[in-house]
Order: sequence, then structure tokens, then C-alpha cells
Amino acid sequence: MLQLIENEKIRETVNGKRVITKKPELLAPAGSLEKLKIAVHYGADAVFIGGQEFGLRSNAGNFTIEEIREGVEFAKKYGASIYVTTNIFAHNENMDGLEEYLRAIADCGVRGIIVADPLIIETCKKVAPEVEVHLSTQQSLSNWKAVKYWKEEGLHRVVLAREVGAEEMLKMKEEVDIEIEAFVHGAMCIAYSGRCVLSNHMTARDSNRGGCCQSCRWDYDLYENVDGAEKALFSDDDAPFAMSPKDLKLIESIPHMIELGIDSLKVEGRMKSIHYIATVISVYRKVIDAYCADPENFTIKKEWLEELDRCANRATASSFFEGEPSYEQQMFGSHATKLKWDFAGLVLDYDQDTQLVTLQQRNYFKSGDTIEFFGPDLDTFTMEVGQIWDEKGNELEVANHPLQIVKFKVNRPLFKNNMMRKENK
Amino acid sequence: MKKPELLVTPKSIDHIKELIKAGADAFVIGEQKFGLRLAGEFNVEQVAESTKLIQDVGKKVYVAVNAIFHNDRLDALDEYLKEMQKIGVDALIFGDPAVVMAVRELGITIPLHWNPETIATNWFQANYWGERGATRAVLARELSLDEILEIKENSNVEVEVQVHGMTCMFQSKRSLLGNYFLYRDEVMEIANRKENKNMFLHDKERKNKYPIYEDINGTHIFSPNDMCLIDELTELLEAGIDSLKFDGVLQTEEYIVTVTKLYRQAIDAYYHNGEDAYDDIKNELFEQIEAIQPKLRPLDTGFIFKETVY
Repeated sequence: MLQLIENEKIRETVNGKRVITKKPELLAPAGSLEKLKIAVHYGADAVFIGGQEFGLRSNAGNFTIEEIREGVEFAKKYGASIYVTTNIFAHNENMDGLEEYLRAIADCGVRGIIVADPLIIETCKKVAPEVEVHLSTQQSLSNWKAVKYWKEEGLHRVVLAREVGAEEMLKMKEEVDIEIEAFVHGAMCIAYSGRCVLSNHMTARDSNRGGCCQSCRWDYDLYENVDGAEKALFSDDDAPFAMSPKDLKLIESIPHMIELGIDSLKVEGRMKSIHYIATVISVYRKVIDAYCADPENFTIKKEWLEELDRCANRATASSFFEGEPSYEQQMFGSHATKLKWDFAGLVLDYDQDTQLVTLQQRNYFKSGDTIEFFGPDLDTFTMEVGQIWDEKGNELEVANHPLQIVKFKVNRPLFKNNMMRKENK
Repeated sequence: MKKPELLVTPKSIDHIKELIKAGADAFVIGEQKFGLRLAGEFNVEQVAESTKLIQDVGKKVYVAVNAIFHNDRLDALDEYLKEMQKIGVDALIFGDPAVVMAVRELGITIPLHWNPETIATNWFQANYWGERGATRAVLARELSLDEILEIKENSNVEVEVQVHGMTCMFQSKRSLLGNYFLYRDEVMEIANRKENKNMFLHDKERKNKYPIYEDINGTHIFSPNDMCLIDELTELLEAGIDSLKFDGVLQTEEYIVTVTKLYRQAIDAYYHNGEDAYDDIKNELFEQIEAIQPKLRPLDTGFIFKETVY
């Protein structure tokens, strides 16, 4: 385990007690306006979104200019920032329309763009100088001298390569005065991001322009070539060669990252559900707040870790944070497992007098099911569903229509945007 | 019209001698501690010896410092760059901006060639790095012919294009082969072959074979085919591409010498006797390469004529 070293630069004495006042930003992903709002509601300080151009992940929900504007306005009300990913490596044909696009997103009031290609960096500096420029992880930034280079180029923030460890981060912070953003949770590339073109070769889709088809997650057979003869290095009962990494999870390293002075803690997953975003963000929020409020007496609570596991369908690992990841941090033979809990409903309203919750159905459930409610303003609790009614008051045996509005009795207060999960048996 | 340079990757000092005879104009050398996916390993003394050998016959030598550097190698990089300055190599090939910083700090006067491989995709970037000290841009191999020509037209720096050999399609910092052998060793004792360079991944669905090996920079995976443009050079030559590279990583010395000779013939035919003369021999040159092509390495034209979507 890494030695936790107290960082005086982030501390102040408040009411006679040493607390951490320089809290890192908790940065959430969002693939839609709904997800953006949920992320902010569940405690994100900032949200990164994709526009319809110049961003990776052509499959993720991407925002129109109008939606970006609405997202920024919503976030502002809660003091949250919005960043737009514009992190493709452009080909000549992608250069048209860049100035207009950057101007348009700047006019929406976004705080920054996340960018890899110097074409976009320089164009942004020229046409939208009020927008912060953050270097994307696609540039594989792995050493402090390169961090210094980007600082001298006028960037506001750098997102590190996922291959950078804690000690390397410390050195970067010591050597260069620039904001550093690092991934703490989610799926990740097993290659250096930006340095993989498997998709280009295997499916003629350009990985560096959003076409990545995750060929690295497929299975392969390993052979050796002995004087032109092919010799299998596997047998039929073995798991095939695979290069799928376990998902990143640094929840237990958050105190370390805070002490290192990392400025922004990033959760990956623009394609993930509101349930995933709500769960992950609320847990990281709790850990950051608890540690900063009382670092001396902080311990990670078991219930936070269990909560985080409720939305995990893949095994997790700490990746490079504490050193070179071993084979135990990869997936061989085993693949995604079924979630133990399913997202079943979103709370729209709660009536104190009648104790009736109004819920938007997100997954099949019925009377008698064991469910739990969670939310930022709530201690998670479990209960059994009783009688269900539809909007008009008709009795229902099951809630089986997606987005159907239903009501049932809950004897503890709920709030708008709380979520309901159902145990998956 | 300017004659392009024929750039090759030797595996040893003796190999350089043979390649000079075969008609190579320039050489990429270096060591894995600083350079990526080199055909051969040359320590500092060998770089010095090679440089003398190469420059004595009026040819050029470029040293690869294009690794993705982590903090732990930065001090060694400084020392290495100072050695290269003393030796007087003709260019340094870089991808990481740390090299630009180090060169500035140390007052290194050797020209820089910008080569970050997959991300060198447009002419703006070529000129951007040109303004920061690069005299040449080495283009991504995932570009089409039209894209290459447009970059050349708009570039203020020299343009280098790979015309032959395999291309890297993946670099991970992880020990993926070593990890696989360790994982399997839990079930049955198995030799860890991670040092070997003769392995490949079989992709059953596409019937492709991807060479894979590990070194101190991590795990590298290569294209299933060797690109070969010996019979498709006309537009590149017409456009005045400055350097045509044959990357001989994972090939034998004999193969590299023979292919170098054939590209020499192709370029010379075009320049000395015109396009028709090149057209007359190009199919035969292609057949000669086909005849010596390793069994597991089919030929193709890379992304030159292939459309990529996203």
C-alpha cells in the first residue's frame, strides 16, 4: 500500500480544526440532458458531455447546441461546470466548420473543452479564448516534462494517461503549476489511448474519430511461429488470450488522490445509465466530503463500497495507480456478470399526506418485490412493494410498461430524483 | 522534381553496410529504451559507429526517441540527447513533447522529425510541430492517398510516408503476454515466452494473424498484412513526398536488403527514365517481393485505397 502523506497546501484551520479546503472537483459523464441533471443532483461538481461534432464516441448520446445551452444553464444554478469533449484527431476533411462550432459552444457558456488535436487547441485559443482548454487523455500524457510543455502552450488543465501512477502524479504536481485531472472510475482502454487503431484494421472504423468498436475486448488465440510452422500456445480447455482490463475503481484511493493535490477526479461513462451515474457519483461524493471534513478520523464505510458494487457488472481494479497492473487486473475467460440490482424506477413526486410515491417505471417490478430507495438526500432503505396503482388510480398487479407512471405507498419520505432498485434474482 | 529519400530500418552495423550497397538513402536506428518498435538495437557506441559509416557515404542517420516517456526515463533521455548531439546524427525522431522541451533546455541543434504514429493525421498538426522545431512530419499509416497528398500540399515541413512493411496498431503499457502466461501458469506449469518475438494472435473471425511482442515499452501488436506500395508509387512521387519509408521491424536482414533493392529500382526508374519506365517494371518488382514474402504475411496497400468510417 502507498504511504499517505499529508499535504499542507490543501489544508486550513477551520474552527480550530485542520480540514481540507481545497477539495478536488468530482467530474461526471453524461450522454443526455437527463443524465447531466442527475449527475449534478447526485453531487457532481462538473459534467463532461459530447457535442455532435469533433468528439469521440459516435455511439454515445451527443448534445445539440440547444441542449448544451440548456445543460449549462441548469448546471450554473447549482454552481457546476460543463466541459465539452472535442477530442478527435482530425483528418483534413474534419477541419471545416471547427471555428463556428467552437464559437457556438463557447456562446452556450461551457467552461472548457477537452481536446487532443493541436488543430482544435489552437483554433479554440483563437476563436473562443474565454473557453478553458483541457488536454484529453488521448494525448497519452505520461511525464512531467510533457505536462510542462502543455502548460507553456497555455492549457488550463491536463488529463493524464491512464498509465500514470501516484508517484508520477506527485512529481507532476511538484514540477508544474497546472490543474491535473485523473480518472478514478469506469471502463478504460488497455492500450495507451490514441495509440490504438485495432478498429481501423478490423472493422474499417477510425478509433481516433469516435469509431472504436472495442476489438481489444474480443478473444484471440495465441500462436508461435516456429520456422514457418504455426504452433498453438493454448489448449482447448484454457481461456483464450484476452486483453480486457478490469474496470478502474479508485474509491479506496480517494484520500491519496486528494493528498496528491489532484484537481479533478473523473468518472468515465457517457454511455452509462442514470442509475449508474447516480450511484457512482453519490458514493464518490460521500467519500470526498467525508475525507475532507475530517481526514484524521476518516475510514471508508463498508456500505459505500457495497453501494458502488450495486451498479458494477464487471470486475474492478486499481489499474496503474499503485504500480504496474498484474494479470489479476485483466479479465480472462470471465465476462460481464449480471447485476445484483436493477434500476427499476425514478421518483417524480412524493405526497407526505397520503405517503404515496409517484414513480416513473424503468424496469419490470410487481407487488411483493423487495426494492430499495436511494438518493443524495436519503439514507438508503429496503422495503417490500405493496399495492401498485396507475396514474388514474387503477389497481395494477405489475408495472411492466417502460416509463409508465405508477404509485404505491412508501412510509418514509422520498424526494424527486430518488431512485428505486429491485433485487435481481 | 526532388527525388525522395528511401528510408530503411537496419538490424545491425553489418546490415547497414549491405543496405548502403542496396541503395538506401537514410536509416532509422536507436534502442528500445528511447525508441519504439525498432528493427534492431543499437547502443550509443553502435550509433556512433553507424553514424560515421553512414555519413561517410553521404547518407543520413535518424535516431528514434519516440517512446511515450514516463518520469523515470527523463534524466536518461537528457543524457542520451547530449550523446546524440556529440555524435552528430542527422535527426531525432520524436512523438512525446518532453523531447521538444529537453531539446530546448539542452540547446540540442539536431533537427526533429515528428512521429507520434497514429495521431499524425492532418496538415495543421504537421505545421504546428514545424513551428516548434520539427523539420519533418511522419504521417499516420491509417491515412488514405488523398489525405496524404492534401497534407503534402499544405505542409511547411518535409513529409515522410511508409510504403512498405508492417505497421503497429496497438501499444499497451501492460505486459499482456507475460500476464497471459502468468494467468495460465496458475492452472498448469507453462514456460513464460514473453521475451520471444515470434508470436501472433489469431483472429478466427477475420482469419487474420497479428504479430505481437513485448519489450520495456509494453506490448505491441501489428497489422495482419505487410503494406506494399512498390507498384503504386506514382502519385506519391509526383506529389514530391520527401521520404518513403520501409519499416523492417520483425523481418529478416535478407528480406530487408532485397526489398530495399527493389524500391531503389522503382524510384530510380521513375526519376531517371520517367513514369513509363516505372510503369514497365512495377508489376515485375511487385512479383519479386511476393516471391520472397513470408508465408504468414500477406501483402496489401494499407489504408491508401481503403475508406475508414467513424
